[in-house]
Amino acid sequence: MTSAITATGLRKSFGGKVVLDGIDLDVAAGTTFSLLGPNGAGKTTTVQIMSTLVHADGGEVRVAGHDVARDPAAARAAIGVTGQFSAVDNLLTGEENLLLIADLHHLGRTEGRRRAAGLLDKFDLADAARKTAATYSGGMRRRLDLAMTLVGDPQVIFLDEPTTGLDPRSRRMMWQTIRELVAGGVTIFLTTQQLDEADELADRIAVIDHGKVVAAGSPEELKRSIPGASVRLRFAGPAGLDAAARALGDAVRHDDTLTLEVPSDGGAIAVRTLLNRLGDMAAEVDEVSVHTPDLDDVFFALTGRLTAETAEMENVR
Amino acid sequence: MTTLALAAWDSATMTRRSLRHVLRYPVTLVTGVLIPVLLLLLFIGVFGEALKQGLGAAAPSAYIDYLVPGILVMTAGYGSSTTAMAVNRDSTEGIIGRFRTMAISPTSVLNGHVVSALARTLVSTALVIGVAIGLGFRPTADVVQWLAVAGVIVLLALALSWLAVAVGLAAKAVEGTTGFILVVQLLPFISSAIVPAAQMSGSVRWFAANEPFTPVIDTLRGLLTGTPDGDGAVAAVAWCVGLTLAGYVWARALSRRDLNR
Repeated sequence: MTSAITATGLRKSFGGKVVLDGIDLDVAAGTTFSLLGPNGAGKTTTVQIMSTLVHADGGEVRVAGHDVARDPAAARAAIGVTGQFSAVDNLLTGEENLLLIADLHHLGRTEGRRRAAGLLDKFDLADAARKTAATYSGGMRRRLDLAMTLVGDPQVIFLDEPTTGLDPRSRRMMWQTIRELVAGGVTIFLTTQQLDEADELADRIAVIDHGKVVAAGSPEELKRSIPGASVRLRFAGPAGLDAAARALGDAVRHDDTLTLEVPSDGGAIAVRTLLNRLGDMAAEVDEVSVHTPDLDDVFFALTGRLTAETAEMENVR
Repeated sequence: MTTLALAAWDSATMTRRSLRHVLRYPVTLVTGVLIPVLLLLLFIGVFGEALKQGLGAAAPSAYIDYLVPGILVMTAGYGSSTTAMAVNRDSTEGIIGRFRTMAISPTSVLNGHVVSALARTLVSTALVIGVAIGLGFRPTADVVQWLAVAGVIVLLALALSWLAVAVGLAAKAVEGTTGFILVVQLLPFISSAIVPAAQMSGSVRWFAANEPFTPVIDTLRGLLTGTPDGDGAVAAVAWCVGLTLAGYVWARALSRRDLNR
């Protein structure tokens, strides 16, 4: 399989602070690749280097066969980018924005109008086509942004946290669009903070933290390295905790919070069975919660510590 | 298409974009004409007679004939502050990232701003001249001299626009452009715009005689009303070309920096 994007030993520092510390990535053409990591992990910098916006301090990136440092123009001709901040012209209407991009792709008047009309329809913007982008809602702006990226039929599309701040409906719509693009042979490079999004869309995932790839593989491979779901039980007093801990041998016990963490699939039947068992021995449970693995768990499993943000929150407590 | 043809095509596209911004929000064009017209009225109505007395031998029959060239230069100055703010808005919003990831001529966005600024300045100076004629301005220029006036205004606007583009790119936020705006709006006051440099005192006189706006104003005045401009024309062209090159080189260098740095 041919590679759409390769990065070798990618390094970048800003003012002495190392942001990327030797990143190696390989994205097969026609697949979705997700770069997963917390804020400040280096996701946006990686996208900026790959999309020719920022120069790397070291290493090599090839996009659609072109070295982005030596031949940025050729790489640019193959890519489309939708960043975290909407890249639309707020003073122009939705339609004018699309026609502007069509002109910059040298598509010609008729073809430009045809594509603009098609994209306005596809992204549910036809009714707002004649309104200036400044009047658009966040979701509409994001859709216009993606539509502008698609005007030039790019082979490789970079999406930097494309669903951050979107309502669930717009998020579904974005996911659907990504699937359609990949079905049409496009390569997608997607960054996200959300494990479920990477799981939903990506053929391969790389987890980065502090500028290093800490894990890479298919979603299934990664999930195997993550602890499963668990049920958390909080007891009214130490007696109940003692009794339950003795009965449930494989549970993790937290005396300070009077809780017990029991590995489980988290399903209703499992929880009911567990509670019935405890009820039989009169260990009084105050509170039950089911905990499914999230990005923090991935990080904890991969790096042995919490993500920077969560750690900060823990410190505040 | 050749590289040059591509650059011209992309620059034309970007010029249409900038002009569309002006047409959508004509208020910038209106204030760009309104402020010079207000200054014109202020200096004619309030200070006109007093200033005319002070001009002595240099005094034309009407003070407005002395004043208009300076007001035209101020009009070009106001136009360039709009340019600096427009470029800054572009480079601090996400749209610049999109342009820079597209296979387009890298300076086309900047060219678009400059060409539309030239068009804007020509329109607003023409409007100011129209108002001035209505107020009693009597230029003596023939067709060739009028064309030369347009040429000088284009050269001045080119110099101010490229400087404005560089300032707009250099500023981290729109507030960062206020220094430039203050300079281009204040410098004409310390020039031969309102009274001749010879009437000023000490170091101010030296400054007014040697700052770039003075030869430009003297040249315009010579062309419009037939007053002698000394070596003004050569100095005016030299200043304009020099500042254009400086602004262009500075803007080029800034536009090649990494994004957000």
